[in-house]
Amino acid sequence: MADHNNPDTATLLPEPSRLAKGISDFFRSPAAAIGLIVLLIICCLALFAPWISPQNPYDLMQLDIMDGRLPPGSESMTGLVYQLGTDSQGRDILSGILYGLRTSLLVGVLSAFAAAIIGTTAGLFAAYMGRRTETVIMRLVDLQLSFPTILMALMMLAILGKGVTNVVIALIIAEWATYARTVRATALVEREKEYIEAARMMRLPGWRILFRHLLPNCLAPVIVIATMQVARAIGLEATLSFLGLGASVTEPSLGMLISTGYQYLLTGLYWISFFPGIALLVTIVAINLVGDRLRDVLNPRNAS
Amino acid sequence: MVTSIIRRLMQAMFVILAMTIIVFIGVSVIGNPVDILINPDANQAERARVIAHYGLDQPLWMQYLLFLKGLLQGDFGNSFVYGRPALGLILERLPATLELAVTALGIAIIFGLPLGLYAGLYPNRISSKLIMSGSILGFSLPTFWVGLMLIMVFSVELGWLPTNGRGPTAEVMGIQWSFLTGEGLRHLLLPAFNLALFKTSLIMRLTRAGIQEVLPQDYVKFARAKGLREQRVIAVHVLKNLMIPVVTIIGLEFGSLIAFSVVTESIFAWPGMGKLIIDSINLLDRPVIVAYLMMMVLLFVVLNFIIDVCYTILDPRVRLDAKA
Repeated sequence: MADHNNPDTATLLPEPSRLAKGISDFFRSPAAAIGLIVLLIICCLALFAPWISPQNPYDLMQLDIMDGRLPPGSESMTGLVYQLGTDSQGRDILSGILYGLRTSLLVGVLSAFAAAIIGTTAGLFAAYMGRRTETVIMRLVDLQLSFPTILMALMMLAILGKGVTNVVIALIIAEWATYARTVRATALVEREKEYIEAARMMRLPGWRILFRHLLPNCLAPVIVIATMQVARAIGLEATLSFLGLGASVTEPSLGMLISTGYQYLLTGLYWISFFPGIALLVTIVAINLVGDRLRDVLNPRNAS
Repeated sequence: MVTSIIRRLMQAMFVILAMTIIVFIGVSVIGNPVDILINPDANQAERARVIAHYGLDQPLWMQYLLFLKGLLQGDFGNSFVYGRPALGLILERLPATLELAVTALGIAIIFGLPLGLYAGLYPNRISSKLIMSGSILGFSLPTFWVGLMLIMVFSVELGWLPTNGRGPTAEVMGIQWSFLTGEGLRHLLLPAFNLALFKTSLIMRLTRAGIQEVLPQDYVKFARAKGLREQRVIAVHVLKNLMIPVVTIIGLEFGSLIAFSVVTESIFAWPGMGKLIIDSINLLDRPVIVAYLMMMVLLFVVLNFIIDVCYTILDPRVRLDAKA
């Protein structure tokens, strides 16, 4: 993998043996292994939802209002069995969950990824440039981190208006600072190491040192935060959709499905809220288990 | 120390000022107030009258100064929905939210601290491992869904507790409180537990992590070597050193409890600020949104300031000057 004659890539990638060791380390925890497997299954379910779900829950033509609020296991007029029941619009809950997972995962991954790119770049610049740049960036980070995520998200949604796209934007704005702070802290330590000095001695251009030498060595904490952040973002998206600020009623995400079931809960129709919640919970727990283990494996203090 | 406190105070002022600019730009520039304020069917003269009435014909910096002036006087304009001053509406609902947040924080401490202590002191026991797995669950469970499930189990199935509202309140010092009446207390229970769930896990994990950091320290070994009883070592030497980070986090988390009460209040129809802000965002009630946001900014800045000052007083090693 690594071309050792090239000064750029020599420090880039971990030795294959280290990678292999990391992977075997990861699987030493049964909980993490189960988490990863469950997560992979969930990803596949979400990916192939249009082919495996019994109906298209977003296509109002396929919904029969006469089939509204049927309990799990009921059969429709056309012979379709609603394994997990239907919601008030006659939407199959199982299909709703599968499609909802798509939205959840997409929102989670997209926002975590975008926030990671913005935050990491900001953190790297802050650490490498120092002085003014650092002060400005870090002040902004402090400002942001002194308010909880949900408040930042609410503030952004109050300004931008409702909708899934705006939820993603709100999540990015609310989360980038965490990356910036961590990356800066890591980069400040890495900056003083010999390989950076060596790169400087070779008179490599600044951007090259920054992105090809400093960045790869600051990535471990970014990966860990990003994993956890995906889970947080999924939870927040669901929460915001539940509050009616995210997905629309006609294209419900998991949070919206739970929200539509809320009013029927009091009359004992539990399944509309219950099953989407379980799907949400399993997804978040699986990601957290993986993230928790990644933190242990990637933590240099535990390496020895 | 006084200089560092003054310096911190100035920083706090700066944060508030920065947030006023952000909120102003957000609400006045990105979200166009003219569209919200004016009936689309209004004629030209009517439009012009409303624009002039709200000062929207002024240059932006002038509008901002007017906004600041209103802010200092606590005047955010009248709510479009209720037709009453926005700040008054929020202050009216503040006690309900505070009551909920304080109760939730109390629950989180009562459960989180001892459980974390236990898991930290006996990390190898199966019960400790169960506690820690439970805390992962507490982190992962979406608060709003847990709220629904609590309603389902305790209200619908068992019929033990009411599902919404504050119940009857008793008045003390001109403010209505739920916890003073038995029925109000029953109304408070479910929402408070719901809100406390996440924080309980957090405090639990923090306490455990803190213990594991403190236990291998020399002063703990020394205390044991002196032959002190284990209870004393833990109560005096371990707990005391554990308290600083834990108290800080609890202080910080109180603010976030108030922010998160948005969710719990919406589920249990608890008539606090959080329910109001969600309704206001849905109804585009701009004055209330702005008033709420500025209220929260002020609250968080004050909380952070108090924590920082406490830090300098509690722990002489922390010097604010060194951090700047």
